[in-house]
Amino acid sequence: MPHLATYVGLVDHSEKTLAESLRVVGKAQAQHADVFHTCNTLAAMSDKHRALLEPIVRRYGEESGGEAAEPERLHAAGLAEARTGALGLLRDLQDLHVLASLVQTSWTVVLQGAQGLRDRDLLDLAENAGEDTARQLSWLNTMMKATAPQALIVAS
Amino acid sequence: MVGVRGRPADVANHGRLGPKGLYGSTAWASSPDRLTRPMVRGGGRLVETDWGHAMGRVVEVSRRLLDSKGPLTHGFYTSGQLFLEEYYTLAVIGKAGLGTPHMDGNTRLCTATAAAAFKESFGVDGQPGSYTDIEFCDSIFLFGHNMAETQTVLWARVLDRTRSDDPPRIVCVDPRRTVVAKEAERTGGVHLAPRVGTNLALMNGLTRELFANGWVDEDWVARHTIGREDLEATVDPYSPERVAEICGVLADDLRRAARIFGESEGVLSTVLQGFYQSHQATAASVAVNNLHLLRGMVGRPGCGILQMNGQPTAQNARECGADGDLPGCRNWDNTQHVAELAGLWNVDPLTIPHWAPPTHAMQIFDYADSGSIELLWISGTNPVVSMPESARIRRVLTAESCFVVVQDLFRTETTELADVVFPAAGWGEKTGTFTNANRTVHLSEKAVDPPGEAKSDLEIFVMYADAMGLTDQDGAQLPGWRTPEDAFDAWREASRGRPVDYSGLSYDKLRGPTGIPWPVNENAPQGTDRLYGDGVFPTDTDQCETYGHDLLTGGTVTEQEHRAMAPAGRAFLKGAEYVPPHEEPSDDYPLLYTTGRTVYQFHTRTKTNRSRSLREAAPDAWVEISGPDADRLGIAEGDVVRVESPRGSIEVQVRVGAVMEGAVFAPFHYGSWDLENVGPYERHRQANELTMTVWDPVSKQPYFKTAACRVTKVRAGGGPAPAPTTAASAPVGADVPHTAGGDLTESRVLDETPAYLNDPSVPGTGGA
Repeated sequence: MPHLATYVGLVDHSEKTLAESLRVVGKAQAQHADVFHTCNTLAAMSDKHRALLEPIVRRYGEESGGEAAEPERLHAAGLAEARTGALGLLRDLQDLHVLASLVQTSWTVVLQGAQGLRDRDLLDLAENAGEDTARQLSWLNTMMKATAPQALIVAS
Repeated sequence: MVGVRGRPADVANHGRLGPKGLYGSTAWASSPDRLTRPMVRGGGRLVETDWGHAMGRVVEVSRRLLDSKGPLTHGFYTSGQLFLEEYYTLAVIGKAGLGTPHMDGNTRLCTATAAAAFKESFGVDGQPGSYTDIEFCDSIFLFGHNMAETQTVLWARVLDRTRSDDPPRIVCVDPRRTVVAKEAERTGGVHLAPRVGTNLALMNGLTRELFANGWVDEDWVARHTIGREDLEATVDPYSPERVAEICGVLADDLRRAARIFGESEGVLSTVLQGFYQSHQATAASVAVNNLHLLRGMVGRPGCGILQMNGQPTAQNARECGADGDLPGCRNWDNTQHVAELAGLWNVDPLTIPHWAPPTHAMQIFDYADSGSIELLWISGTNPVVSMPESARIRRVLTAESCFVVVQDLFRTETTELADVVFPAAGWGEKTGTFTNANRTVHLSEKAVDPPGEAKSDLEIFVMYADAMGLTDQDGAQLPGWRTPEDAFDAWREASRGRPVDYSGLSYDKLRGPTGIPWPVNENAPQGTDRLYGDGVFPTDTDQCETYGHDLLTGGTVTEQEHRAMAPAGRAFLKGAEYVPPHEEPSDDYPLLYTTGRTVYQFHTRTKTNRSRSLREAAPDAWVEISGPDADRLGIAEGDVVRVESPRGSIEVQVRVGAVMEGAVFAPFHYGSWDLENVGPYERHRQANELTMTVWDPVSKQPYFKTAACRVTKVRAGGGPAPAPTTAASAPVGADVPHTAGGDLTESRVLDETPAYLNDPSVPGTGGA
């Protein structure tokens, strides 16, 4: 099952990228208390998924994107550095949304594979993780909607 | 004004008054330091001037900002102490006249979680229960609610029951051993003292016990709720033993408390700041609603939920849309609701900001801090003392970029940072209505003229609207009223058909012997004692005030998601996992820091400290620490200590008291306005110097009760701490002179009990 391993690797890598990026944005925007704390809460969700994925990785192996049979074309390297200011926060939230979408679709594909394999553990994990990713996306969407008008119209 | 007395037939208080009512109601009104003329800042100080000049300054700045950058430059931060008519007028000016979403009240600090919890569970804000539940329940659960200190009149009503032949059992959740906790022990109930910041773990444990012991009313739950399976799964990991470990309570105490809830026929639950201002506030308060829903204990006498309010008109700020909601408890995300308001006000729906929830107070100050709100208008509140992280609030209000307007009765720590100050009238000097925690509406009529040139808040708001030339889309004046009664009538129309229905009320009707609880309409001309007697909740997608939130993150549920759940009148059972607080004790800051109230003071003491009796009972700030912590730190009663957090410090005397080991309690009332020969902030005694800027993800209520601190002795104090001995701050061990009473007051027991409106024990009175 070499291609499942590719996707296990992809989901693990994309969760890692998302968690790191959430922490970068949270830290850089720490003056906004809700951004700081919620980014850390959401990052912890991704950490948990990766921890639960470990036994699965042992079962099926893991291939990192770069060396996989199907090489990366779209490089989602994550946010090594956050922006500043109101518009910067909006852009950061949008980038996080892109990263979380990649996580979500990766879990969707893994879930399909788990169904084919009748792997109950992986099925449960993919379902639960997918629900958490939906929560991450929902918060990012909520924040973008709330902060956009001020950032676009009156922020310096 | 020379005095007050209760009205015996009133449904809310049965004619009783508490210490602040008896001693604090009128002294402020004749205080020689009332504000009597407007002031404007000139040459670095506030200078008295006339209304035309002061309002002219505000209009000049307001007009310039509107023309250059639009309404998002304007923010309004109001109170929980104006009248309904004033909030509604302010809401119309802000939302229809200017079009700014940046409107909130200090109700965000005290009662936002009550509203949020109702909305999440039942679809719309509004207490399901009534104070009459006290007379019909067989147990009372008080969650983070020191009722003996915060609602003394209601507590007297509880004592009527607990000292009767058939006393209910009390269960108290509070980290301090309060009077309520002692009453719990006395009635055979339980005192649970969870570690600060762990309320949700405790609630998840109680909920799990209901499932585990078969105390769930499965039939009722199946018919009237949605979400049972998910909730059971969420609370499953919280066994009594795990909860004991997280919260520091005994597993058997948790089991006993759950058993009382599970085996009682009627439970009354009350909730206040111990939950609302603490970590995971909305999730923990929603969990109280869940307990009642699981037991089918909603809508029957004795089965009440009172998510309490802190200030006299907090409920009105929430209903009228002056505090981060739309008027009539409408849903900002529902285009039909917005269209209704646009119709009422005759404005383009696009004028009314509804692209996101109205901006909450903490965010308003954040925008002011970053410079995008350039006009901030504060009415009837004192954020320099009451908001968290005082140094940050001072920075925001002193910044050149923000023009600050303040209206109040007196100079406060906040007026001192204002650019324009308006002198306002207090109750008794103006007419208006106010609604208390169990939906009861009262009319408060003008008795005397305000001093000097002071004006009612309503007059001030209307004066601004007129000076700005605010109009509807046909050019008519906006708002379209000038008197309190006309404002009330406009509000009746705005509320018509919503759950918060005032349409059947009038000033004349409110001049009777008692206040009247909403809804009041054709179906309920005498008002309504309790909601949801039929088990049908306003959760329908087209009716609800919110589509709901993720209780952990605050992410919003979309309209489509809500519709897909097809709530159709069923209440939501919602849960969340416990996560540790944002700031936990460390080596540097080894103690938990929590703030709160004392019975003899209110808010930032603007009124109460001008009453000699109240001032002498609680004259100065203090902190409370436990006996074991005092011994360990070598600190004795009355010593002066420095209490420090990463954000600031205070130096005050110590009361060795009933706070739990490892925690420090500080009353939040004490700023610097009454200190003589002391510059602002030279002598730090303000509890909020230490608190954090962090808030609940759903209700956006700041957390005042989860921070870390350290305590070091500065010097011996030369006497006991100035803390009352008659309240939760009572000393443990040390011999401290008793807090003396105030001037003589008069009370008498009536020969005959009056007939109360909507009395549930009298059939056919609208009480069901």
